[in-house]
Amino acid sequence: MNKDILIQLRGISKSFDGETILDNVSLDIHDKEFITLLGPSGCGKTTTLRIIGGFETPDNGEVFFDGKKINDLPPHKRLVNTVFQKYALFPHLNVYENVAFGLRLKKTPKEELDQKVKEMLRLVNLSGFEKRHVTTLSGGQQQRVAIARALVNHPRVLLLDEPLGALDLKLRKDMQGELKKIQRQTGITFIYVTHDQEEALSMSDTVVVMANGHIQQIGTPVDIYNEPVNAFVADFIGESNIIDGVMLADLKVKFARHTFTCVDKGFAPGEAVDIVIRPEDVDVVPVNSGNLNGVVSSVTFKGDYYEIIVDVDGFKWMLETSDFVAEGETIGLYIEPDAIHVMKKSEFSGMFGDYSTFSDEMEHLSDPTEEDEE
Amino acid sequence: MKQRSLFQKIAAAPHILWAIMFIAAPMLFVLYFAFTDADGNFSFSNITSLSQYGNVFILSIAFALIATVVCLLIGYPLAYFMAKQKPRTQKILMVMIMLPMWCNLLIRTYALMALLDNGGLLNSLLEQLGVGRVPIVGTYFGVILGMVYDFLPYMVLPIFTAMTKLDKRYIEASYDLGCNGWQTITRIIMPLTASGVISGVTMVFVPSISTFYISQKLGAGKIDLVGDTIERLFQNVSTYNVGAAMSLVMMVLILISIFVMNRFSDDRTTAPVRGGLK
Repeated sequence: MNKDILIQLRGISKSFDGETILDNVSLDIHDKEFITLLGPSGCGKTTTLRIIGGFETPDNGEVFFDGKKINDLPPHKRLVNTVFQKYALFPHLNVYENVAFGLRLKKTPKEELDQKVKEMLRLVNLSGFEKRHVTTLSGGQQQRVAIARALVNHPRVLLLDEPLGALDLKLRKDMQGELKKIQRQTGITFIYVTHDQEEALSMSDTVVVMANGHIQQIGTPVDIYNEPVNAFVADFIGESNIIDGVMLADLKVKFARHTFTCVDKGFAPGEAVDIVIRPEDVDVVPVNSGNLNGVVSSVTFKGDYYEIIVDVDGFKWMLETSDFVAEGETIGLYIEPDAIHVMKKSEFSGMFGDYSTFSDEMEHLSDPTEEDEE
Repeated sequence: MKQRSLFQKIAAAPHILWAIMFIAAPMLFVLYFAFTDADGNFSFSNITSLSQYGNVFILSIAFALIATVVCLLIGYPLAYFMAKQKPRTQKILMVMIMLPMWCNLLIRTYALMALLDNGGLLNSLLEQLGVGRVPIVGTYFGVILGMVYDFLPYMVLPIFTAMTKLDKRYIEASYDLGCNGWQTITRIIMPLTASGVISGVTMVFVPSISTFYISQKLGAGKIDLVGDTIERLFQNVSTYNVGAAMSLVMMVLILISIFVMNRFSDDRTTAPVRGGLK
């Protein structure tokens, strides 16, 4: 076994009331990494986290921590601490006592305890808040108390369950940077659960994309974005045009009634595939000078670029371009070989169509009040 | 303050009238009688004459305290046990606790007397078993038992409510930070259900300290508590004023004890628990 691996999940299954939440999930978590479990509500990410924390026992499968099986170890005996979704700060204790809670249980000497608590409050920028009552704090401050309360115990692993879900956008951005900084400084393994793909990409060393109780893909943020394994991942991570295609031969793929050169190989000749092309990877060129022609059906100004929807033979593409084009204009599209990403057909093929029904606020917008699966 | 509309004033009128006639006026009568002698002259003599009832006060307070503590010792674990059950089981247990309360207090006390009497069911059974009859009715134990039996639901229900409102996440956080089961109970569950305990204590202590019926029946007339004394004093016109004085002192005592108990429940423990109401 790899020395570097801290937590191993092997064939974990879990169902609640006959509904399968996790189906044969296996995952290696490396020491000192920032790993994010990403997926929509009900995908099993929170359940995975709770199994690692010891709050749920898997129906099947094994959990290893540092090589030892910990399936039946209760939470208080695990070298793991959790930052809960709504913080769960103890309302009968002040900020100082909340942070000191774990240390007091370990009978830490008074001076050491005081020093550690103050140091931790300094780390999360809450010095001077010791005597404050937790219910009088803002969401962001409560968030930081929750992090300090968990980190002061020096866990090997910190579990974070949608910790930024209840914060507004600006604060969330700040806290993302803060968390990443704290993780680097402390060298503690962070296991982070979120349904916000942007958060996952910007903070993580490793992203685990989950759906329907299965792990869809594990990889670095760049891999996940550039090389999604199936239509679900492609759609969930960022915007993408997902088109049916046929692999003619290695490096030759046909879609949108044209044959393109691509960089993918290893498919059977004539195999049906899903093609992903990111909106920013398509160049807008004069009519007939690209690979495809299409009619612009809508233009949305996004600040530093325009988001345009282009109708190519009935399939609506989303493109991002910095040049203004008018609605109704016919334009050419140029797609470079390395902008074409070919994926095997999967259970998700066909579920994510084109952008004909697209509205700006539609998909996967984070809803802070949303409850994850129990 | 917001101006009340005419309709609101009219709608509230019956209640206000009721409150004046049956709450405020009797209180004023008590106050009047407590500070006047038989001829209607202002006097402190009623209050000072209460010193002869010192023992009665001490006994009443002691009984009420013991009954409250026993109710708490039984009620808290019971409420905890109930809160841990499945909703279905909770409902059944709740009905079992509520059911006796549908029956009048006097009837319940009579039933208990019939069970515990020297010729009652329990003693017959004990005699059959060869243990012999154990006198319960007419003893301190019998009276306290009656108080506990009659008032236990008032302890269990508010504590149970506080427990079901407790956010499960606090308990998980406590385990997460290293508490074992017992530490979670003492460090998290107890402080966060203190508001329920305070309601329960108040709701048991107040009727216990002022009861006259339980002590009459289960004390077999041998044990005199404040309630009994007040009742007796009011039955004789010549001691009306002393009875009023005693009632007044009793009310003041209860008010003080409620005030003291509310001091324990500062806003920390009564702060709304987030996520409790599902």
